[in-house]
Parts: sequence; structure tokens; C-alpha cells
Amino acid sequence: MLAFIDATHIVELAYMAASLLFILGILKLGKVKTSKQGNLWAAYGMAIAIGATMLLLITSGDWDPREGEWTYQSHVLAVGAMVLGSVIGWWMAIKVPMTSMPEFVAFFNGLGGAASMFVGLAEVPRAAERNQILAAEGADFAIADSLAVIIGAITLTGSLVAYAKLAGKLNKSRIGPLGSQGVNALLGIACIGLAVWGGFFAKTPTELWLSNGLLAFASLLLGVGLTLPIGGADMPVAIALLNSYSGIAGMTTGFILKNNLLIVAGSLVGASGIILTQIMCKAMNRSLSNVLLGGMGETAGASGGAKDEGYTKVKSTSAEELAALLDAATSVIFVPGYGLAVAQAQHKVRELAGLLEKKGCQVRYAIHPVAGRMPGHMNILLAEADVPYEQLYELDRINDDFKNTDVVVVLGANDVCNPAATNDPKSPIAGMPVLTVWDARTVVVVKRSLASGYAGIRNELFQMDNSLMFLADAKKALEDTITELKAL
Amino acid sequence: MTLFLAMATQVVETAAAPASHGSSSMPFLLVGLWVLLLSVFVGFEVIQKVPPTLHTPLMSGSNAISGITIVGSLYCVGNDYPLSAGILGILAIVCAMINVVGGFVVTDRMLAMFSAKGGKK
Repeated sequence: MLAFIDATHIVELAYMAASLLFILGILKLGKVKTSKQGNLWAAYGMAIAIGATMLLLITSGDWDPREGEWTYQSHVLAVGAMVLGSVIGWWMAIKVPMTSMPEFVAFFNGLGGAASMFVGLAEVPRAAERNQILAAEGADFAIADSLAVIIGAITLTGSLVAYAKLAGKLNKSRIGPLGSQGVNALLGIACIGLAVWGGFFAKTPTELWLSNGLLAFASLLLGVGLTLPIGGADMPVAIALLNSYSGIAGMTTGFILKNNLLIVAGSLVGASGIILTQIMCKAMNRSLSNVLLGGMGETAGASGGAKDEGYTKVKSTSAEELAALLDAATSVIFVPGYGLAVAQAQHKVRELAGLLEKKGCQVRYAIHPVAGRMPGHMNILLAEADVPYEQLYELDRINDDFKNTDVVVVLGANDVCNPAATNDPKSPIAGMPVLTVWDARTVVVVKRSLASGYAGIRNELFQMDNSLMFLADAKKALEDTITELKAL
Repeated sequence: MTLFLAMATQVVETAAAPASHGSSSMPFLLVGLWVLLLSVFVGFEVIQKVPPTLHTPLMSGSNAISGITIVGSLYCVGNDYPLSAGILGILAIVCAMINVVGGFVVTDRMLAMFSAKGGKK
């Protein structure tokens, strides 16, 4: 006979299935052909996990209406909350334009952190009810609970700051005292102290609420303080790292609730997030600590437009000239950057590329690993515009080809093609792998102004002998060039 | 210094407490740590050699998976927990569900652009 007919065992098996689906889902997400299926599998895993949990709570009588305390039956409220969350999440996900994808991923990520923080805090009233310290259920329980609150809260506010920075609503590296390393260190110490008090000493309801409430508050501030100094160019790294945090926060709730599924899913996300962070750092040739301490953030926020000056021999160009150049070219490489995303110019690039291809010109796209505001940001945008995958080239596959290329068109990219990275050892971006666009016969830089990029440094490319500046919005510039090209 | 020592003793004592009147099998902490170790290893492995094109979808997909806290949130609305915990649980459910549904739908939208292109080719 089967030894498990018990609901808890069925639930455990369902959790196992969900874990498997998560692992296979992530595995499939990492391959172009199976990525869509991978996402679906992960979603099925989540559905199974939620369904099994509800089954467990209903069969164990845990969701029965309690006497006197709840006005509505708790399971009705829970299902209502789930429906509400689903509708909000679905609506936001459908509404968001492809270009603002990075900030919304950051926003969703923050809410995941918030959920872990709330789950951690929910243990407080339970301990208060029994007039016990949290550690009465074991030191590991108390530590896991404090960590869930701390990491969850840091994920929440950190992601919100990242959201604001990506959406262009915030470009400061300080808010009052927040953002300085000294204040962060103090907040960190405060968090440890409050966690020890809240987990091991606070016994009365007042003490429990006060200590854990303050812990949440300090951690929320710390999340802001840690993310503020990170410069905009480093946001891809920050998002990958915050994503990892939300996984770790979920993992700690697994230790609170003694639930293996939470540990599996949480640590999967945590570990994969750390690897992604590492990949991003490598692409920029920076150490993680350098990114986190905001090596570039300061200058980016402070200087901005002030660095317009100092370019003496810039040659500017027009749509007419660009069209003539492209018309004569046999090979063209487009280098897209954040400016392309802002201008929503991805369809226009595709249109221009189509015209050139008809003329027998070879068209390729050079994608820098950190172009845009999120890893892979440009690939998504160009895919939206139906640019064939085979035309996208990564840095190491295209850098040798620039010298055999007639025209390179840089579209709203700056730091990723700054020669200072290769020839100025004192530059803040020294050593970062860049696209060597200047090797081409002619480089046309389409940019709104001569302002520096997110790294806040000057770009010698703008005044090289073979480069022309086309100061305009990327979409407008491309539209005009298409018109001119058709008229030729 | 004495305060620190007092703290340390308390931590050690409470850590030892559940083991003394302990359960017959392995305590959950150890099981959990095993699971953690293996999952971290799997997490490191599955993500190697992912093409840059898929970095964004991968991040947003795994972000949706991190909404797994929904399972934890559901427990907090159960009878084991007092009313105030239930309220926190409800908040957690709403946040986690936005994370889960929003994350998966956004990822699907991104990936749809890749496959739409593949279909035409």
C-alpha cells in the first residue's frame, strides 16, 4: 500500500514537482529556442505551489474561520488578496512599453522583497501572543526571521530607488545623509543590534513590536542608502544583484516556515542572480565592490550637462550627408545604446537597415553587453522591431570587423564606445571592454547633445578625424535619413 | 563586553534548547541547509553560458520565481497566526502576487518578440 495518502504528503510531492519545474524552467529560459517554454514551466510550477499550499491550508483546517477574531473568513480574504495582486500585476505587465521594461522588472522585484519582509514581521505578533522571545522556537528561527526582514526591506527600497533612477525620476546619489558609506555602516550596525534585541531579548509585545519595527525601518533606510550611490551606468549590475537579494529573502522565509520549496526556489534565484551580477561586472571590467561603492555615481549625478564644453574640433553632420554616406557604403554597423530606447527608434533602425539591405549593403548590429539600462536591453528592443537575431553581434565577435567597415552609426550610445577605456589608464572606465568603432572608415554618432554619458566622462570619439556628430533625437534623425535616402 | 558575552550566551543557549528536547529525526535546520547547498549549486550551474540576448528575460523570469514567498504569505493568514499577522499576510499576498503575475507576463511579452521573429523566418 502507498504510505502517503495523507494531504501533507501529497502537498510535499507537489512542492517537489514545483521545484523541478522551477529548475527546468530556468534551464530552458537560458536557451533561445526554449526560453518561452521555460517561462511557462516556471509559471506552472508557481501555480502548482500555490494550489498545493491552499489545499494544505484547507484540509488542515488552518483556513477555517476563527471565532470572534476575523470578520470574514480568512481564506476568502486570502483569495481576494491573490486576485487583487494578480489583476494589478497583469495590468501593469500588459501596459508597460518595451522601453521601460527594466524599471518595471525592478519594481516587481521590490514587491517580492516586501512580501518576504511582511512574512518575517508576521512572526512578531505570534511570539507576542505567547509572550515569548522569537528565539524560543530556536536560534535559527530568530536569525532567519531577522534576515527575512532585513533582506526583504533592503530589496524593497533598493529596487524602488533603482526603479526611480531607471525611470529618470531620480538622479541624486544622496538624499540628506542617506547614501554616504558612513551612514550605511551605522545603519548596518543598527540592524545587527536591533536583530539581536528583537530576536533574542524582546519578550513583551511592546518590546517585540518596537525592536522589529525599528529593524524594518532601519533596513528600509539601508536599502535606499545602498542603492543611491550606484551610478546609472551600473544599474544593470544593481538590478541583477537586487534580484538575487529577493531570492535570498525568499530563502530565509523557508527557514522560518520550515518549507523546502521556499528554500529551493529562493536559493535558485539567489544563486543565479549572483552569477548574472558577476557576468555584468566582467562585461564592464569592474569589481562588484567598485560598483557598489559608486565609483562613477558621484560624477554622473553632479556634472551632467557641465561637461558639454571642451570639444573643439567636432564636425557635425546632417541627415542628407548621412544618407549619402550610407548610400555609398557596402558595409554598415549600427551601435545602439540607451538613446535608442529613449527615442523608441528601434523600428526606424530596422526600416533604414531594410533599405540598405535592398541596395546590397551588409548590415550588422554591435551589441555591447551593458548597452542600455539592463543586461540584454538592446537585444529585446531590436527583437521587438524584428531585427534578425543573426545580425546581432557581441563585442568580441565584431570588434575585429570595424576596420573593414565603411560606416558605423552610433545611436544614442556613449560610454560603450569611448576610446578612453583602451588608451587612458587614468580614466574611470579604463580597462572596460568597449566597441572599437573608431577603426571604421567613418563613424557617425547620433546623439541629442555632446553631454557625457552616465559614466560622466568626456568622449574623445566625438572629435576624432573620422567621426561626425549628428546632434538630434535618434528617431527623428533616422526618419530624416530614411526620407533623404529614398530621395536619392 | 559583558553585554556582548551575555548576548552570546543567550544565543548559544537558545540554539541548544530545541535539540535537547529534540525530535527523533534530523532537525529542519540541517535538512534545510542541505537543500540550500544543493539548490545554490544547481542555481550556479543552470545559469552558465546564457547568451546575452536572454539576460533580461532570465532576470525577469527568475524575478517572478522569487515571488515564491506567496506560499509563505498564505501560511500567515492561517489559524496559527493572530489577527495582526494575518493583516501582514494579506499585504504580503498582494505584493507577492503582483511580483509573480507581473513577472511572468512581462517575461512572456519579451520572449514573444523573439519567437514571433522566429516564426516568420
